[in-house]
Amino acid sequence: MNPAMTPVRRLLFWTLVAVLLLWVLLPIWLVAMGAFGGRAAVFQWPKSLLPASLSFDHMAAFLAVEGVANAFLNSVIAAAVTVVLSVALGAPAGYALARYAFRGADAFKLLVLLTRAFPLAILALPLAVGFIRIGLYDSPFGVALMHTVLALPFAVLVTQSLFMGIPRELEEAAWVFGCSPVQAFFRVVMPLALPGLAATAIFAFVISWNEVFAASVLTVRERTLTAYLLAVLSESPLHTRFAGGLLLILPSVLFVFAVRKWLFTVWGISGR
Amino acid sequence: MADILIDRVAKSFGAARALAEVSLQVADGEFVALLGPSGCGKTTLLRIVAGLETASGGRVVIGGRDVGALPPRARGIAMVFQNYAVFPHMTVADNIGFGLRMQKRPVEEVARQVGRAAEMLRISHLLDRWPARLSGGQRQRVAVARALAVQPAVLLMDEPLSNLDALLRLEMRADLKAVLREAGTTTLYVTHDQTEAMGLADRIAVMHGGVIEQIGAPGAIYARPATRFVGGFLGSPPMNFLLCSASGGRAAIGDFALAAPQDGAVMLGLRAEDAVPVGAAEGIPFDVRVVEPMGAHLLLTGAVGDQPLRAIAPPDAAIAPGARIGLRPDPARLSWFDPETGRRLEAA
Repeated sequence: MNPAMTPVRRLLFWTLVAVLLLWVLLPIWLVAMGAFGGRAAVFQWPKSLLPASLSFDHMAAFLAVEGVANAFLNSVIAAAVTVVLSVALGAPAGYALARYAFRGADAFKLLVLLTRAFPLAILALPLAVGFIRIGLYDSPFGVALMHTVLALPFAVLVTQSLFMGIPRELEEAAWVFGCSPVQAFFRVVMPLALPGLAATAIFAFVISWNEVFAASVLTVRERTLTAYLLAVLSESPLHTRFAGGLLLILPSVLFVFAVRKWLFTVWGISGR
Repeated sequence: MADILIDRVAKSFGAARALAEVSLQVADGEFVALLGPSGCGKTTLLRIVAGLETASGGRVVIGGRDVGALPPRARGIAMVFQNYAVFPHMTVADNIGFGLRMQKRPVEEVARQVGRAAEMLRISHLLDRWPARLSGGQRQRVAVARALAVQPAVLLMDEPLSNLDALLRLEMRADLKAVLREAGTTTLYVTHDQTEAMGLADRIAVMHGGVIEQIGAPGAIYARPATRFVGGFLGSPPMNFLLCSASGGRAAIGDFALAAPQDGAVMLGLRAEDAVPVGAAEGIPFDVRVVEPMGAHLLLTGAVGDQPLRAIAPPDAAIAPGARIGLRPDPARLSWFDPETGRRLEAA
């Protein structure tokens, strides 16, 4: 922070920080309270901000419910595969769009965007039939393929602008000083693109983690957590719902935390 | 060390012709500047030599080896880019050592070469810094050090000083000349700045419209430009051109007559410093419109008849705007051009 800030500006700055923190953290805190605060606390009103009693019973009971652990695992698998596929397929496409002028580049971009023009229901139902035929139905990998389709347009467009922002001369310098095009990409372009790639990964993760419709249609037993919770929670007691909600929130937060190092990498300014 | 042979290299972008069969030879250890206005094809030619662009025809031979089919990394070259292209995610030391590390040289050798190159460019104290924390001039030095560290056979430079401010450019120019003389590297240097080309190069190739108009030592092409374009592009203020008609071997400008190489319409090329201001009664009649004191001299802008002309006078000369003076040209330092073709006319 700038040490030259006047006291008034400093007050405003920290007030804003506090408001933003509350905006994000308060709901998560309340959900956590519902999950860990014991049965009585769930129905208590007005809510107290400190737990009257701390109990892991609900969470333990919830986790012990048949299918929860499996659904959680499925969600993690689907999200991980979606992240990997989106970045692995999206980044090369974005790179091609950014660096090469080729016939049909605009049409290609339009096609990529068009996948999002169809309602999910139109995509998911025929896919379910297709997946049954080829044996991908009711598996987290099938769900991940669907989620990749949803995340890919963003991955392509975000990485395109990302690569356009990296001067071509840096790559050419790498070629001149001994790199093959592939080496130049991994030694020069990729490190510079990491913040954007991290953002792309976060986006793909969140899309997959939160998506519920396609996951519900494409699975029966091997539900992802969202699909599972949607099916189960309406019939559960309130504190179990809080436990489920917390379980939905936490992995996203942890994932964002894990990649934030690359999200804000600016060499020589913040260091690494 | 190596020589460069550019043999009838041509380049077209679709229907647009960027280079028309350009040939140029650079001797081992020589510094040749490609000089021309933007869009003249000089950068395209440099990029073809570097292998960053493919020629539509002709060949490039570096050190006796046809490099046409080789990627940039296999050509034994190093390059300095206009925007420096210093890798922002590496420290200065890592930047300078990048080429050597790619060649898998031993760690001690990399460190030694990096130290040497940094010392040459006087940036030893910056080795641990990140490029984001460097000024433009410092980044430029890093880019040059990175190129010299690999001890290339050929050094290619694409307008390396154009992003620096004037004072820094002057300082860097002198440093560059000293460093390159010491290294003895064959250098091809692209610039649109004629003072840079004059000051640095052993020879200058002046390019215009995708062709080389003239190749020669700076002094030679300055004194004897082969075309009107070359005369106008080199020198500050640019060469003056006066259209006049000659008969009987004498060209008349007002009441003043000069020996001309051919009869009919001819164009006189006269540099500002090649004519001495004298009284209104003698020399070429010159109507002064503006007088600009430049310190070392006065810059006079005006007209001969209805043709614009710039001349210089000693700083203490008493010349007022609106005055008519005479200009006595030095007959040995005049250039004559064919007004149709723009080519130089030699005295018969």
